[in-house]
Amino acid sequence: MGNYYQPEIETMPREQIRKLQNERLLKQVRHAWNDVPYYRKKMQEKGLTPDDIKSMDDLHLLPFLTKADLREAYPYGLMGRPLKDCVRIQSTSGTTGQRVVAFYTLNDIHIWETMCARAIMAAGGTNEDVVQVSYGYGLFTGGPGLNGGSHLVGSLTIPASSGNTDRQIMFIKDLSATILCCTPSYAAFIGERMKEMGMSPNDIPLKAGIFGAEAWSESMRRDIEATMGIKAYDIYGLTELCGPGVSFECSDQHGMHINEDYFIAEIIDPETGEVLPEGSDGELVFTTLEKEAFPLIRYRTRDITSLSHEPCPCGRTHVRMSRLKGRTDDMLIIRGVNVFPSQIETVLINQGYPANYQIIVDRVNNTDTLDVRVEMTPEMFTDNLGVVNQRQAKLVEGLRSMLGLTAKVTLVAPKSITRSEGKAVRVIDNRKI
Amino acid sequence: MSVKQISVFLENRPGCLHEMTKALAEANIDLRGLSLAETSDFGIVRLIVDDVAGTAVTLRDAGFVASLTDVLAVEVPNVPGGLNKVLEVLDGAGINVEYMYAILGNKKSDTAYMIFRVSDNAKASSALSGSGVKIMGAEELSAL
Repeated sequence: MGNYYQPEIETMPREQIRKLQNERLLKQVRHAWNDVPYYRKKMQEKGLTPDDIKSMDDLHLLPFLTKADLREAYPYGLMGRPLKDCVRIQSTSGTTGQRVVAFYTLNDIHIWETMCARAIMAAGGTNEDVVQVSYGYGLFTGGPGLNGGSHLVGSLTIPASSGNTDRQIMFIKDLSATILCCTPSYAAFIGERMKEMGMSPNDIPLKAGIFGAEAWSESMRRDIEATMGIKAYDIYGLTELCGPGVSFECSDQHGMHINEDYFIAEIIDPETGEVLPEGSDGELVFTTLEKEAFPLIRYRTRDITSLSHEPCPCGRTHVRMSRLKGRTDDMLIIRGVNVFPSQIETVLINQGYPANYQIIVDRVNNTDTLDVRVEMTPEMFTDNLGVVNQRQAKLVEGLRSMLGLTAKVTLVAPKSITRSEGKAVRVIDNRKI
Repeated sequence: MSVKQISVFLENRPGCLHEMTKALAEANIDLRGLSLAETSDFGIVRLIVDDVAGTAVTLRDAGFVASLTDVLAVEVPNVPGGLNKVLEVLDGAGINVEYMYAILGNKKSDTAYMIFRVSDNAKASSALSGSGVKIMGAEELSAL
């Protein structure tokens, strides 16, 4: 029943996956040891040689790599192949202030595109589909990754890139795009524009969306699905590992399958670095298994999620990671309370507000303040000041019960919060700490 | 009998009200009446205009959120106790007044005009008419 790109791998029995991972891990560790002096030094500092790693059970012995390592080794220090073997670089958007540059051999590109092809087919894509890639093209991995995956599936690919929203909608209509790939915030923006233009889901041929590159909430998913009349699939990845496609959702929409033939995933306690048991929330750590140009052993993503080996109705056997709880970088600590923007988004959407919002954090008289700016909509507006005030109070109460702290809610004019064509800037932190 | 009032959401910051009046002026909209209710960070402007549809489109195109409400336009004798008489009728009929405001009238100084937002338009209309208070329709309002 499944729509797989590589059924023999995607539905491989667990014990075979483990066997494959064991073999590939030993080779990858040896590759890092031999070809990446930076990592060899890290292993030596722990008194390790590749011979100490006999199977995945020994993985926890290996040292972590972090963003700080990437920065220190920038630009060539973590390369596992000479430049003459590399064919491409990609770079991060630098949303967290640290730009990452990753290198690819032709084979690395092929593996990456293969994973994107699996993601597209998991979202129902075939060679009959028209895939509109509205992620940015260029240094950002979103556009090139899905573009390559779509080619492998054999879908007709529209390399629309991001921006020029009216033209995006024109392409979707005129060229009968059936699958849209972009960031969730841009999908919401396109949906909003369609509504404004008086279009209903029936006016557009889209059936699915593959949305990733930022954390988004389940309510935002339902919202986009209703506006566009599609099924919306989450996709996950990091430039450091390749780009989108590291994990992807299937029709079950219940966690993203990690491509375990190419990665080993672990969940650790971000404070202590201890490996946590299955099902616990913690920081996601990846070890690449087949990377040539940029092998990463135990790379700390800073993303908070959990893993599940529960059998999936879609037939895929690869482990699933839950929807991201957030990135440790996105997490705000306000008056000592951990706050993720996605929690605020959930409350807003549940109460009928748009997903366009802005969070402004400041410190006044040594106390943190949280101001959530929300756009007024025709649906939420009435002539009665009391009713508008009540709705505002209800939102404050909803936020208080979700976050455990009191936020100020400011209602602002429609369209006054800047729309994003790529990753949305949700948080403005004015605290000088 | 009721008339349409247009309510507009405005942020409480300098220039917002002017942005709205500018858009209406450019569209040549004639304002008959206006009232403003505000909190510390936003306000609601209620407008009575000669061209309801044109105003709604103008405001939407200028990026404002607006809504339409049915309100009563009532003729009030411009004498001491004039308004009191109207409110007495509404009170007697058990009708709640959510808000009200005066609007511009003609040169006839013996009559004032007020807009009433009440809990029940139909009930209020019949109570007022039954007590000899005149309620105006959109055409009479435009003719003022």
